[in-house]
Amino acid sequence: MVEELESSGKKILLAHGSGGRLTHQLIKSFVKKFRSPALAKLDDSAVLKFKGKLAFTTDSYVVDPIYFPGGDIGKLAVNGTVNDLAMVGAVPLYLSASAIIEEGFTVVELEGIFDSMNKAARTAEVEIVAGDTKVVERGGADKIFINTSGIGLIDSGVDISSKNARIGDRIILSGTIGDHGIAILSARERFDFRTKVKSDSQPLNRIVQEMLKASKKIHTLRDPTRGGLATALNEIAEQSGVGIEIEEEKIPVREEVRAVCEMLGLDPLYIANEGKLVAFVPERDCKRILNVIRSNRFGRNAQIIGTVVARHRGRVLVKTSVGGQRVLDMLTGEQLPRIC
Amino acid sequence: MRFIDEFRDRSIARRIVEKIRMFDSFEVNLMEVCGTHTVAIFKQGIKGMLPENISLLSGPGCPVCVTSQEDIDKVIDLVKKRDVIIATFGDMLRVPGTNSSLEEERSKGADIRVIYSPREALRIAGENPSKRVILLAIGFETTSPLIAACLQDARKERIQNFLIFSTHKLIPPAMEALLKSKEVNIDGFICPGHVSVTIGSNAYRFIAREYKVPCVITGFEPVDVLQSIFMLMKQIKENRAEVEIQYFRAVRPEGNRIAQELISEVFEVTDVFWRGLGTIPKSGLRLNRRFSDFDAEREFRPEAAESKENPDCSCGEVLRGVKKPTECKLYKRICTPERPYGPCMVSSEGACAAYYRYG
Repeated sequence: MVEELESSGKKILLAHGSGGRLTHQLIKSFVKKFRSPALAKLDDSAVLKFKGKLAFTTDSYVVDPIYFPGGDIGKLAVNGTVNDLAMVGAVPLYLSASAIIEEGFTVVELEGIFDSMNKAARTAEVEIVAGDTKVVERGGADKIFINTSGIGLIDSGVDISSKNARIGDRIILSGTIGDHGIAILSARERFDFRTKVKSDSQPLNRIVQEMLKASKKIHTLRDPTRGGLATALNEIAEQSGVGIEIEEEKIPVREEVRAVCEMLGLDPLYIANEGKLVAFVPERDCKRILNVIRSNRFGRNAQIIGTVVARHRGRVLVKTSVGGQRVLDMLTGEQLPRIC
Repeated sequence: MRFIDEFRDRSIARRIVEKIRMFDSFEVNLMEVCGTHTVAIFKQGIKGMLPENISLLSGPGCPVCVTSQEDIDKVIDLVKKRDVIIATFGDMLRVPGTNSSLEEERSKGADIRVIYSPREALRIAGENPSKRVILLAIGFETTSPLIAACLQDARKERIQNFLIFSTHKLIPPAMEALLKSKEVNIDGFICPGHVSVTIGSNAYRFIAREYKVPCVITGFEPVDVLQSIFMLMKQIKENRAEVEIQYFRAVRPEGNRIAQELISEVFEVTDVFWRGLGTIPKSGLRLNRRFSDFDAEREFRPEAAESKENPDCSCGEVLRGVKKPTECKLYKRICTPERPYGPCMVSSEGACAAYYRYG
């Protein structure tokens, strides 16, 4: 039966979502892929054992196009939720995955996306333990939408929150910004240019665990996804009731990303990332944490980009490379299409 | 990145600022005519680097901002016509008309496409032969050659379902209108870079000659702007009024002849109404007789019966340099980029939006 599904050219039909035999076949073929004992039982719920402080998060992925340089919607859906868990210092353990599929989507493509989710889950060392698929009629969804939820465990002594940034904290950025947003933008056919920029979609849980080994005094972590670094920093300034000052010069941006931004009038500070984090850490532990990040392959370009101050609480100021200063506001009125 | 990094160099900038500080014995008002300059000045924090005797005023060079309320209402009426697709630059989407905006109409089902290049609108027309595609042709001498080229292509390719709604305007007449009104004292113009690529520096000579106001055509990087301010201060100090080109890596005295020819092949000069400045003679472009079959206004006769600007909105005064955005009673309290009351808060080149974002 599985063979039948795998044959090329096969399309997803409404019947694949009817709850009948085709649904059963579809589900079975993917359960096999994910190799999770909890999932394989095919009960109505996965039954899991826990002891300790739990982190729980969910996110939906509607990125267009579903394939882009450096990844696809499946990889993004796993890494996105893994990273949300990592940003409170949790060790991500279990994920659920639900797909809403447009009638007519090919089985081969669906398999490719589930393969990619599987690979991403293995890289991040998480288990996909629950899942669902629904099929909607043509036009009811755009190819495929995926929702993932995740559960992770937080070690005792770890207290990471957007509310915890403190005056005097140093701000570390784990690498170049804007890669994901620009990769998506260039993958769209409407622009007559090509770039080599790849999405930075990658799991950050291991980096975070290594950072926590170096120091448990990490105050705040954020992965600047939609709205970019500027929006993430503004949220932290507001929620922690502190002022933030960053230096434009210190922020790593790839040459190609800068060039595309210059051409289209975009600011890399507002462009989405899918594999970067900002960390607010006490000055004393800063160097140690920075070195740990830099020794991880996902954090080689890490930089200290700024400081938390007592002035202008709730606001973010940038020292521009030319030597001026300006307010860095949250993103307003975005005109970019769907990016995650 | 070449042509970027050297123009954002901190030590060069500092040296220019030191030179500007030598002219500290007189107070001046310099107007940056172009909205892109307003944004560059704010984004790079240039105001804070300048001595206090220099005030920078934002001018009328934001195309969406100076579009009249009547034109905006006509555009919104056009959207409601049957079987049309509106192609527009993103800035227009949220500009509030008297009763609605394009964004609002889109949520009600109107087919409005945001484009980056006028060519995209032509492509949309090709792909939708049963619809008529109306390109909102808004802009100055920077966009008009592109639109003109596009119309010539449409003619060559025999695309029958492509029209434009032109509110194109010309920069030098607006600068003259500001000087004539004597409402604000302008000691020097930071002239637009990209407009001048098309029209050249010669187009401003009458301003320097007849009104004795120095003009410097300026690039968009911070070092460009600082150098131009220095050049203007030097002219003022030496009692000269000339048109100088700072942005010489892009601008020639005679401008771009090919672009100028394209414009004159398709458009003719006409009097138009500017928000804030009123009707300025010979300050706009409309399609000439040869191309009038592309005119959406002629084809659809859109109505704007009861157009009125919000009486509390100070966009008009802001565009004339009379008021700073912060002096408008709606600014930030009621009028924000999320809920704009006037176009200067919507457009990315608008002075109110720049003050709000970076101020």
